[in-house]
Parts: sequence; C-alpha cells; structure tokens
Amino acid sequence: MTTDPLLSVEDLHVRFHTRAGLVEAVRGISFEVGREKLGIVGESGSGKSMTGRAILGLVPYPGEVKARRIVFDGVDLQTLSERQLREIRGKRISMVMQDPKFSLNPVMTVGEQVAEAYRIHSRVSASVAREKALEMLAAVRIRNPERVYDLYPHEVSGGMGQRVMIAMMLIPSPDLLIADEPTSALDVTVQMQVLAIIDDLVTRRGMGLIFVSHDLNLVASFCDRVAIMYAGRIVETCRASELKNAQHPYTRGLLASAPRIDDDREALPTLPRDPAWAEG
Amino acid sequence: MDAMIRVKGLNVSFGEGGEALRAVDGVSFQVAAGESFGLVGESGSGKSTVLRALSGLNPNWTGEVEIGGEAQGGRRDKSFYKTCQMVFQDPYGSLHPRRTVDSILREPLAIHRLPDADRRVTEVLDAVGLGPRFRYRYPHQLSGGQRQRVAIARALILQPKILLLDEPTSALDVSVQAEILNLLKRLRAERGLTYVLVTHNLAVVAWMCERIAVMNRGRIVEELTAERLRRAEPEHPYTRQLLAASIGYDRQAVETFQDY
Amino acid sequence: MTQIEEASRSTGLREWLLSNEPQSARQARLGRAYATWSAFRENRLAMLGLAIVLLLVVVALFAPLIATHSPNVQALGDRLQPPSAAHWLGTDEFGRDIFSRLVYGSRITLYIVVLVTLTAAPIGLLIGTVAGYAGGWGDAVLMRVTDIFLAFPKLILALAFVSALGPGIENAILAIAITSWPPYARIARAETLTIRNSDFIAAVKLQGASAARIITRHVMPLCLSSLIVRVTLDMAGIILTAAGLGFLGLGAQPPLPEWGAMISAGRRFILDQWWVATIPGIAIFVVSLGFNLLGDGLRDVLDPKHRS
Repeated sequence: MTTDPLLSVEDLHVRFHTRAGLVEAVRGISFEVGREKLGIVGESGSGKSMTGRAILGLVPYPGEVKARRIVFDGVDLQTLSERQLREIRGKRISMVMQDPKFSLNPVMTVGEQVAEAYRIHSRVSASVAREKALEMLAAVRIRNPERVYDLYPHEVSGGMGQRVMIAMMLIPSPDLLIADEPTSALDVTVQMQVLAIIDDLVTRRGMGLIFVSHDLNLVASFCDRVAIMYAGRIVETCRASELKNAQHPYTRGLLASAPRIDDDREALPTLPRDPAWAEG
Repeated sequence: MDAMIRVKGLNVSFGEGGEALRAVDGVSFQVAAGESFGLVGESGSGKSTVLRALSGLNPNWTGEVEIGGEAQGGRRDKSFYKTCQMVFQDPYGSLHPRRTVDSILREPLAIHRLPDADRRVTEVLDAVGLGPRFRYRYPHQLSGGQRQRVAIARALILQPKILLLDEPTSALDVSVQAEILNLLKRLRAERGLTYVLVTHNLAVVAWMCERIAVMNRGRIVEELTAERLRRAEPEHPYTRQLLAASIGYDRQAVETFQDY
Repeated sequence: MTQIEEASRSTGLREWLLSNEPQSARQARLGRAYATWSAFRENRLAMLGLAIVLLLVVVALFAPLIATHSPNVQALGDRLQPPSAAHWLGTDEFGRDIFSRLVYGSRITLYIVVLVTLTAAPIGLLIGTVAGYAGGWGDAVLMRVTDIFLAFPKLILALAFVSALGPGIENAILAIAITSWPPYARIARAETLTIRNSDFIAAVKLQGASAARIITRHVMPLCLSSLIVRVTLDMAGIILTAAGLGFLGLGAQPPLPEWGAMISAGRRFILDQWWVATIPGIAIFVVSLGFNLLGDGLRDVLDPKHRS
C-alpha cells in the first residue's frame, strides 16, 4: 500500500527552549504516510500534536523543528522558503484543529470563509467560488447549504462548525489532510458522521490522512494503521486491525485501561510506566 | 426501595417568556441508598442541568426533589451540604489557583466549624491516595489526575452520603481515568456512598453504575440496568444509536443515524 | 571554607523555597513568593523602577540625615543661588536649599501615595467585588454610581472637592482618593464576573459558604494582583495630580516643600533661574517613571492575562 509514500518523515525532533531548560516534545520519530489513514495516538504530552504541526512548520514559538528529512511528494519541506511553504499549506496539505470556534473568523459568514479558502489557491471569480463552496458544504452533508452559507460562526453548532472547517480544508483538494483531534469536542454520533465524510474523501479522492487522537479505540476502528506515541517517541506501529495483538506494554496497557461497554472487570488495570519506554 | 434521592417532574428552563428554553422537561427518577445511578446523554440533553438542580447550584427549577428523605426547595440550608457534595468535570478549573491543597481542604471544615481539622485533612488525603507530600502544594504543581483526587477529597471531607459526579474523568487521559474510576468505585464500597454520575461516555457509565437513565433533549428516553446495556439490549432507538456510535467507527452504521 | 558553607547554605535555601513538596503552609507561601520574585528580577527595567521607589522610601525615612540644610529656614541673602558646593541644587527665592526641600518633599509625596492607596484601593475592591458577585440590582446601582464618578475628569473633580473642603494637603489627598477608586471598582468587578462562574467558586458554594465569605476569602485574593498592578501604574497619575493641585495652590500650603508647589513657586524665575522649577519637575518625572516601570514589571509577573 505504501510503495509510493506521500509523506515521509525521518528523525523528527521538536524542541522548546524554556526558562526551565530544554524540553523535547518530539524525539526523533520516523514514519511514512501513503494514500491511507494513519492514526497517531498518545496521551497528553506525548508529542502527537506537535508532530502534526511540525510537518507544516506550525510549531509555536519558541519551538524548534529539526529532521533529517520531511519529504512530501518528492520535495523536502525543510528546504522551502516560507512563501513556497504557504503555497503547499492549504493547497496540498491541509490541517483541521480540535476547536472550530477558534479557527473560524467570527466576523465573516462561514460560506464566505469556505469560498475564500478556494480563491486563495485558484484564481476564479467570486460567483464560481460561491458555487464551489456550496458544493463543498453539501459534500460534508450540511443540509440546506444555501442557508448555512450566510450564517456566522457563532450561529452554527459545534458539529456544524467542524463540518464547515473540514469543508474549508478540503475545498482546495489537498493530497494530505492532518486532522488534530478533529472530532473530540463533538457528540459521539456527530463525530461518527464527520469521520464518515473524511473517510469517503480518502477512499474516493485517494487523499492521505494523518489522524491525531488520544482515543485508541476510535483510531483502531477508523484508521488503517496506528502509530503509538509515548514521551515524544513512536513506541509501536501496527495495522489497526491488529492492535489487539499489540506487542508494546504501553499499547497493551492503554488498551486495557479504558473501560468497555461490555466490561465486567472488578477494577480497571492502571498503567505502571516503565522509564525504559521513554528511552527505547 | 429506600430512596436516597427522589426526583419527580423536574423542569428547568433558561430564559423567559416565549424565548424560554426547556433544558429539563419532566424528569423523574429515584436513586436508592448506596446505589450508583448514571445519567447519560449528548451535549444539550440536560444531564448536567439535572445535576446542578439537585446540588442546589441552580435554584430555578420546578417539580419535586427529595434528598436524604427531606424535600428540597431552591435554597439549601447549611446541613444539606454535609449530605450531598459534588465533583466537577474540569480538574483545572475546580481548584482555587492561589490556595494550597491543605487550605482547599480546610475550607469546608472551617465553614462547618468542625474540630480536628489537621487529622481530617490527613485522613482524607490518605483515602484518595495522595500522601502528605501533596498537602502543601498549589494546584499548578499537580497533574490532572492528582487535582481530581484533591477535588474528590474536598467532596469527601464533610463525610457526605451522596456524591454528584459531573463528568469526573472526561478531561483526563485514559490511564488516569482508570485510576480515578477505580478510586471512586473503592470509595463507594468503603463508605456506602450514593452516586449520581453524569457522563457522555457509555462505557464509563456501564462500568460505574447499576442503573442508567438515557437523556435526550431534556427528557429521559429510557431507563435501563447496566446489565442490559452491557448485553447491548436497549429498547429505545436513540439509545441503540448512541450505543452503536460508542462502540467504534462503522461506515455502514453511520448511514442509519437519525436525528432524535 | 565559610564562603563554601555560605554558598551551600544559600543553594539549600533556594532548593527549600523551590521545593515541589513543601512541608508546611509557610514554606509553600514563601516558595511562591520566591518564584514570583525570580521572574520579576529578570526584568531589568522593572528592577530600575523598584530601585527608584525604594530610593524614595529611604530618602523619605532618613530625610533629616540626608538633607544638608533645613527645608524651611529662609536665608534671603542666598536667594536664587545656582547649584554649587554649598547648595548642591541651588536655592529658591527665599534662599532655601532646593536639595533639602526635595528630600523633605519626598515625605509628602510618599504620604500622598500611601494614603491614597490605603483609601481608594480597598473602596474600589469592595465595591467592585460586591457588585460583580451580587449581580442584578446591586450591581446596577453600584456601577452607575461608579460611572458618575468616572464621568468627571479626575483633576477637575479633585479641584471641586478641594475648593469645597478648603485647600490643604489632607483635603488634596481626600479629593484624589475620592476620584481614583472608580477604575479600581471596574477592574475588580470585571475580574469578579469571570471568577464567580468558575467551578472552584461553585465548589465553595456547595460547601455552604456565605456570600461574604466567598467574596472576602475566595474572590478578593484573585482580584488583588491586577489591582496592585493598576494602583502602581496609577501612582504616577496620583503624584502628578497632587503636584497639579500643589501647583494651583490648592494642595500643600507654603512652606511645605511639596514638589508641585515648588514648581509653581519657581515658574516666575523659569527663564533666568531654571533650576528652581526644573529640579522638582525632574524629581516628579523620575518618581513617576519609577512607579510606571515597577507597575509594568509587576503586571508581567502577577497578571496572567497580559503574559505573552
């Protein structure tokens, strides 16, 4: 499946120089993504979000990104100028963040923002962009896109807002979508509907997806492959369907510690952390 | 049934006149002494609003609420708070940022003029699995799980009979969630506590509670035992949909989803 | 040997202060204060501001030891002398030593600053927190009163008060205090509005705490830091208002060496004997700047909203 990877990352480091000293959020990880769904799973502080941001050069100050290679479609992203990177960002690689409320402009209607996202990368007239935006809103299963087009961000629900964000990110037809907990703030049924939209786009358009999440069970049922992060390292990568047979004690511990609906265990196993995992 | 909590025809509205939104609409349930009762639903279902009405935080409701055998009005007297305490969702927002753990735990004792503050603080810290090392720390020196333990200790220090739990683990990592859920289960067994647990997580509620009420748009659509939920035998189609969505991603199942 | 011991003792103290496992409430409090001080110390301008303010306090405390002459004794033979070895900063129209008057004047400046702070800040804090926590009618009434006070320019309102009460340093302080509490009330109210809906306030409510207890013990301590910052930044304005009143002859009365009154007296000679008016002006400028720098530094360490 990954004979021709879309993105290949080698030895990625993200460091923060703080008053308290050097903090390494990501410590030398390597992975590849093809036209598939790759899940990156970890607990808070594992470096999973920084990994997603580092690819697009969006690590906040005073963070510093170093990697041997971050090759996207044959080009090392690290060698590009900020202007060239902007060209790729949004058009070929898009990113969806957790909370739509912070990512949408509050004084522009959601439709205008989707149309704007299209016009930035393709020079078309306003009416063409509007048509395209309406089409995209329909594609993310917004009923009555004509009405929603003229709503402001505060007038739409969380689930709707996240669909608008996804429409915005997908309208330039990116080759790779990085989704950082795109559905964590949503109710579980809406979450599944939003995932179905992303799923269809991966299957239909052959898009690649990096899905960053804390929810191992969700990722296991949604993604093709899963990378488990712990303390800034990938401790294990496996096919999602084979997660049950995971080798690493951390992965096994994470799987076991979440209650299941058909659970009849007296106590949930907790996760004794072995310092050696952080080194391995 | 020896009911610790009895709720009948509870209504809560926000706003006034024609614009009023009925957040809770005719909700009735009972919780026996020593039982763990779950209220589960999606955002806007009214589950947290029910809890705030029970706790006395929101005095604007109509209907009948009986707690510990006594009918409750909008305002509560001081002794009510010795019966019924609450644990909040966000461990980062529920502790005063300028107070040490010790001072946070002493406050309820000072309010109720209870003697032996020192001994009680030591005991309750021990009960929630935080040793004396944590006693004089500020909240910012604690992890999310440790903060939630402090919040539980604060709720327990008045030795209440009832704990109202508002999504107590939804802000925590799963491995930390497991520790807190184990702790809550153990404390209930040791102290014979009655729990009302509000959550959106079906797995958590199935693991923690004996009986579960499923809420949607301000109403209880179904009440069922945890046993039936574990065997995936809910009756109401909304509960079945919630269950399907909670088990994991299934492209086919999504097609069948409806709005309730 | 002793040096090494001292060094090890001081690092021991630092570790004790910064310990993540304090053994007592006192250690926890001191540790917190030390952490704030360490952050503050890194800001050089703020340290300069602190130095200026401390210098003001020291000069005011030890004025009789520092002054070279009496501030009030006139020597008409020596009037309007330029700065020299005998009179470091020259003399004024009555032959009084300007340096000594400046030194004694610092006491008046400090007196004004301390009294205004001790009256205006608590009034503002109380009104703001009560209004914010009570909400509804109480809030509306208290805030409209505040708005009325805010609608008048500070100096004009102070002028009106002083002319009603009669000129003099005490009345000037009272007038400044009356005109400077409303902004503090607004700040305290704004902070209270965000604090009152937080879970930790809900938690104390559920412990059965009274409104008075919640306001004084849980809300006020959190409003305090932004208030301290604001009061410090306002000091410059307060000093200038006091100087303004002094300049207009409505503040401190002769022969008190109040800096504003000194400028006022010196303005007649501004062209030929520049030092008479300029030197107290520089003193006002330096002290105001000191308070502003200190306030900016305090804001950086105390007020998390403005932290970058």
